[in-house]
Amino acid sequence: MSHIKIQLKEAQVNQLKEVCRSFDNDPGELINVLHKAQGIFGYLPAEVQEVVARELQLPVAKVYGVVTFYSFFTMQPKGLHPISICMGTACYVRGAEKVLDEFRRILNINVGESTADGKFSISCLRCVGACGLAPVVTIGEKVYGRVSPDGVKDILREYEF
Amino acid sequence: MRLKYADNVIFRNYLKDQAKNMEQIALTIDNKKLTVEKGVTILQAARTIGIEIPTLCYFNLGDLQIENKPGGCRICVVEIEGRKNLAPACVTECATGMVVHTHNIRVLNARRTVLELILSDHPFDCLVCSKSGECELQSLAQKFGIREIHYQGEKSVYRKDTSPAIIRDIDKCIMCRRCEMMCNDFQTCGVLSAINRGFQSVVAPAFEMNLDHSTCTYCGQCVSVCPTGALTEQDHTRSVLNALADPTKTVVVQTAPAVRAALGEAFGLPAGSLVTGKMVAALRQLGFDYVFDTDFAADLTIMEEGSELLDRLTRHLKGDPHVKLPILTSCCPGWVNFFEHHFPEMIDIPSTAKSPQQMFGAVAKTYLADKIGLKRKDLVVVSIMPCLAKKYECTREEFSSDGNPDVDYALSTRELANLIKQANIGFTSLEDENFDDPMGESSGAAVIFGTTGGVIEAAVRTAYELHTGKELPKLDFEELRGLEFVRSATVDFDGLPIRIGIAHGLGNARKLLEEIKAGRSRYHAIEIMACPGGCIGGGGQPYTHGDINILKARQKAIYEEDKRKPLRKSHENPSIQRLYEEFLGTPLGEMSHHLLHTHYFDKTGEVIISE
Amino acid sequence: MIRIGSMAALEDIRKQLLQEQQTKQQENQVVVKVALATCGIASGARDILQFFSAELEKRNIEAAVLQTGCMGYCYAEPTVEVCRRGQEPVIFGYVDEKRADDIIENYIKKGVMVDGLIPKNFSTACHCEHEPQAVPEKSKQIRIALRNCGVIDPASIEDYILHDGYHALADVLNRMTPEEAIEEVIASGLKGRGGGGFLTGQKWKLTRQSQSAQKYVVCNADEGDPGAFMDRSILEGDPHSVIEAMAICAYCIGAGQGLVYIRAEYPLAIDRLLHAIGQAREAGLLGSHILGTDFHFDISLRYGAGAFVCGEETALIHSMEGHRGEPTVKPPFPSEAGYLGKPTNVNNVETFACIPLIFRLGAAWFNTIGTANSKGTKVFALAGKINKVGLVEVPMGTTLRDVIFDIGGGIQHDKQFKAVQTGGPSGGCLTAKHLDTPIDYENLTKAGSMMGSGGMIVMDEDDCMVSVAKYYLDFTVEESCGKCSPCRIGNKRLHEILEKITRGEGSMDDLNKLRNLAHVVKETSLCGLGQSSPNPVLSTMENFWEEYLEHVSDKKCRAGVCKAMMKYFILEEHCVGCMACARNCPVNAISGEKKMPHTIDQSICIKCGVCFEKCKFNAIEIR
Repeated sequence: MSHIKIQLKEAQVNQLKEVCRSFDNDPGELINVLHKAQGIFGYLPAEVQEVVARELQLPVAKVYGVVTFYSFFTMQPKGLHPISICMGTACYVRGAEKVLDEFRRILNINVGESTADGKFSISCLRCVGACGLAPVVTIGEKVYGRVSPDGVKDILREYEF
Repeated sequence: MRLKYADNVIFRNYLKDQAKNMEQIALTIDNKKLTVEKGVTILQAARTIGIEIPTLCYFNLGDLQIENKPGGCRICVVEIEGRKNLAPACVTECATGMVVHTHNIRVLNARRTVLELILSDHPFDCLVCSKSGECELQSLAQKFGIREIHYQGEKSVYRKDTSPAIIRDIDKCIMCRRCEMMCNDFQTCGVLSAINRGFQSVVAPAFEMNLDHSTCTYCGQCVSVCPTGALTEQDHTRSVLNALADPTKTVVVQTAPAVRAALGEAFGLPAGSLVTGKMVAALRQLGFDYVFDTDFAADLTIMEEGSELLDRLTRHLKGDPHVKLPILTSCCPGWVNFFEHHFPEMIDIPSTAKSPQQMFGAVAKTYLADKIGLKRKDLVVVSIMPCLAKKYECTREEFSSDGNPDVDYALSTRELANLIKQANIGFTSLEDENFDDPMGESSGAAVIFGTTGGVIEAAVRTAYELHTGKELPKLDFEELRGLEFVRSATVDFDGLPIRIGIAHGLGNARKLLEEIKAGRSRYHAIEIMACPGGCIGGGGQPYTHGDINILKARQKAIYEEDKRKPLRKSHENPSIQRLYEEFLGTPLGEMSHHLLHTHYFDKTGEVIISE
Repeated sequence: MIRIGSMAALEDIRKQLLQEQQTKQQENQVVVKVALATCGIASGARDILQFFSAELEKRNIEAAVLQTGCMGYCYAEPTVEVCRRGQEPVIFGYVDEKRADDIIENYIKKGVMVDGLIPKNFSTACHCEHEPQAVPEKSKQIRIALRNCGVIDPASIEDYILHDGYHALADVLNRMTPEEAIEEVIASGLKGRGGGGFLTGQKWKLTRQSQSAQKYVVCNADEGDPGAFMDRSILEGDPHSVIEAMAICAYCIGAGQGLVYIRAEYPLAIDRLLHAIGQAREAGLLGSHILGTDFHFDISLRYGAGAFVCGEETALIHSMEGHRGEPTVKPPFPSEAGYLGKPTNVNNVETFACIPLIFRLGAAWFNTIGTANSKGTKVFALAGKINKVGLVEVPMGTTLRDVIFDIGGGIQHDKQFKAVQTGGPSGGCLTAKHLDTPIDYENLTKAGSMMGSGGMIVMDEDDCMVSVAKYYLDFTVEESCGKCSPCRIGNKRLHEILEKITRGEGSMDDLNKLRNLAHVVKETSLCGLGQSSPNPVLSTMENFWEEYLEHVSDKKCRAGVCKAMMKYFILEEHCVGCMACARNCPVNAISGEKKMPHTIDQSICIKCGVCFEKCKFNAIEIR
């Protein structure tokens, strides 16, 4: 019989199990567990979902159903510098789309993709609540406000683009 | 992997039950006044006065309490005076003074628009869809007189998945969630779940992997309840037609007990019509060289399984600490897949006896082949089954010899009906014919394999007489019959009380397994069937569209056939006695062990993550 | 913080804290407060706080430099409040290091006013001895929910207690039965601020009436409306007020456990809330035997994961249970069977934030603010094409004109006001004719929009209303949970029709379909999301019908947003052949000799508008 092709290192599996245990392996805590898991791995590959499902004694289909429901969870690895463009209304009416187009043009990738070197990825998000600074872009933890298409290159230069 | 039951669901149901006291509610539906009990929905109330509100996602197997009403399709919306929005009749409970309109122009326009929306995201290949004629969406479109889809646009497109038993074409999924309910709540297999969000949402296995990579048991209940062609069976009719046309092949067919109680429905006969003789005649007309009966193999199963039960029991009574009790039946392939996936630590508990389908195949390709002077490879064994898991079962490696399977093709009852129709055989006017020898004779005990409780009743009839050496005073064990999900009874084996458990539906089986696992089981023998009602409600049977009365009628027919049979105990079947004399020796003997018994696998690791 | 064992102890501690504060005020020459909410931090407020701390010390000025929450002047971040001893505090905006230096050198040292002063435009309702103004005088803005935001240090429970914190809880626990307390909330007329507008006290009453040993209080902090940030600001600026209110609610309904369902996108709010919960536990204001009574209550957090539909309470509950956030049909309401099947009361952040003051100043006081049917105030996140983007809190009944033109300072760049969108993706667009409509639940609904959670996005002449409707539909299509067919497929089709119209391919028939479909989606969808998702379409069709007509019959977008209908031309008579446009065109669609008029190849042009921006001679025309 073939067995699960778990491509995680044992230490990672143990780390995951530890996360589940910290929530008492309670299936009701699935979303909190997934948050933590994504915090560790940066994304939620199938193997991670398998381990979580087993630990919480849930069908893996259900875990996958939850992962694909919430936009915060991703099965794609993000870039080293994940770029998020806020598409909230305030940002939208203040030109967020043009800013997004500029990022896409310069990095030559689409929303949800990463650059070939894995350095940057682009995603859209809905309102970080910093509408006073619209349009807003976040790269990692850093928030950039009042971004104009012309300013995109300068921002990327900070990350040695 | 073990599922925990969602406490909240149980609690909500409890609350609902509590609320259902006998309070009476007076309301008006389409200008008719009526009174209903508190807790009754508008849909149910309307039915009592002959108003059939159309539904799509709603599914209800009556008193079996298998119910699906997510309130998602919005086809059953009605207008309630004083409410801003339309309300779904299937989930809205009647309230005092409610004034409901089920067919005014507002309602009709909304329903039609919603239906057009659903159709706008549905493939238009009705002509070649295997669900055509049985499709609930199609019949709604017909009923509503849809001639044009006003709202066209992007359609969702997914990968088609073809497993040995079930085909998933989820472009046709309308998110009714019936399959998800069956797979999770009733069967507790947890293979299917709603995935994605919004327009992309659909029901699929984890990672959209193929079913044959999942923990699917192929019970086929998802197919049984699917209103459209999103879930259908793997069709083998063409392969069978080719085999029949091949002059170098001798094709034998076996028919499972539950088929004869349901096949007639496909030809317009009322549910519960027994069509054994017509079925035999039709199969002969189709060109099968020998028309045999799986019931024959069911009698054989009883000989082996009954003996195994007695063997374990005797050893247990003698104080053997290694003997495993209770013994579990093993003739249901969905159930076998279930414990292999979900209870691998218990694979040594079920009986090692093969299912009747596989016993038949093993005997046909050895004993029969010899008898009629054919080589194994020139013999094709086809089975007609009420089941989709049988399609998978016959592909299992251990059920073949040098790559040649014991059973070549398993057709569902629906596929057989289709073959008969294709061959323009006037089924209803056929004269009854009898099965061929030597694998056509069977007892009443074998017939009742087709319903929940039947296998264990058959086993008891034989085991009692073998154990006590006395004749049973009464053959009908009413205490083992019925449709209750978990049943139990104690049968007196001449002073030795034998405790019997019965479950149908894998979620109900799970409860009994958990008891065994926890060391709390008090049973000696347990019968388990994966499908509601047993094989009569199998995944390969004509669609019931949620009509519980059809299942009940089939069950009644099965017991009638039993009563009608001259022989009603497996060990009294002369063909079986001859088989042991001529070929097998004794039950549980060396030859029997080789041909009629099997072993099980731990499949928990067999989940492959799709690339 | 020591454990506070009784109501008397709470009072003692507050007196002690007050004394300490007064002593400090004597010692310090100046108190500087820097607004450290998300907007402020993103604008560099942390550096400014550092700068003030370091520089004031270096320059030997006795000062207290404190952090606080959002002051509401988002457009002018970073904002700093400076209070010289014995004087009224003043607020400065756009504070960079240069301006901070200016403030220290001129204002703090010499009392000379410097640039960047922001006039205070609100009054605050509070129950503090040192600011005894219980009912503020007539003012465009009255802060109730935001009373402590930008005032206290959100990381300090002492500061909250000093500002009357936890006194409402003490009052309720010591002086009122749960029934009396619920009556008080009902009498106040407070309605749910999350959008539904259901009477809060009534909801509490229903949950109280449900029989169960276990009940839950849930705070909905899943602020999903794009362009709304009221709840974030409250949690970042005044987390204790929500904790206190949840405890009061728990006492009233008989719950022992509280949960805050909060967006994972709000890390700072999460941090502050967790910190505050920790402090409250330490002080004995959460946990067992709160304030020495037999009341036990604690709070934990559940994180949202990016699903707008989870703002709907049944979806929110499923999400908290670890499921897909799909709504279920009501009844049963959460007050009967909610979280884990137990009676559950769900209120949003702003609703909770109003509660303590209602108990301190009384339902009758709360009743004096607002309109006949909508009591109290409402916080709006004012954003879009407006000069003063920010958080505003106005009494119910204030007109849109007051909010947009008076408080918001009018439209950016002196453009023409066109519309204001309230209620987010569930709301609608209101026009100039609604400017004098008093804002309350009833009026907004009547005008085809809704109160929603309080996003208020202002649009000007450059916004195409068909595109705005499309933008919101795009949002709904993305956020629909997919459970019911009208929302799952209907919104997709609505979006597709709008796309077609904005591509210039729409017909009158499409407009009819759009209207019919919008109505059907609205009246057949399962939950509030689908039932309101067509509002942006219907309200723009109602108020901007002529724009729809122009799009379909004249193939024209007056705002110049729908690129497919636009063409860029070079006016020969204006073009001097400077080549600026040709050099900057990203697709080389412009050709021409130097000093000769240029032309644009329409088949190559991608309508990016770069030529238009680069041309210094007004030679590019958009048709």
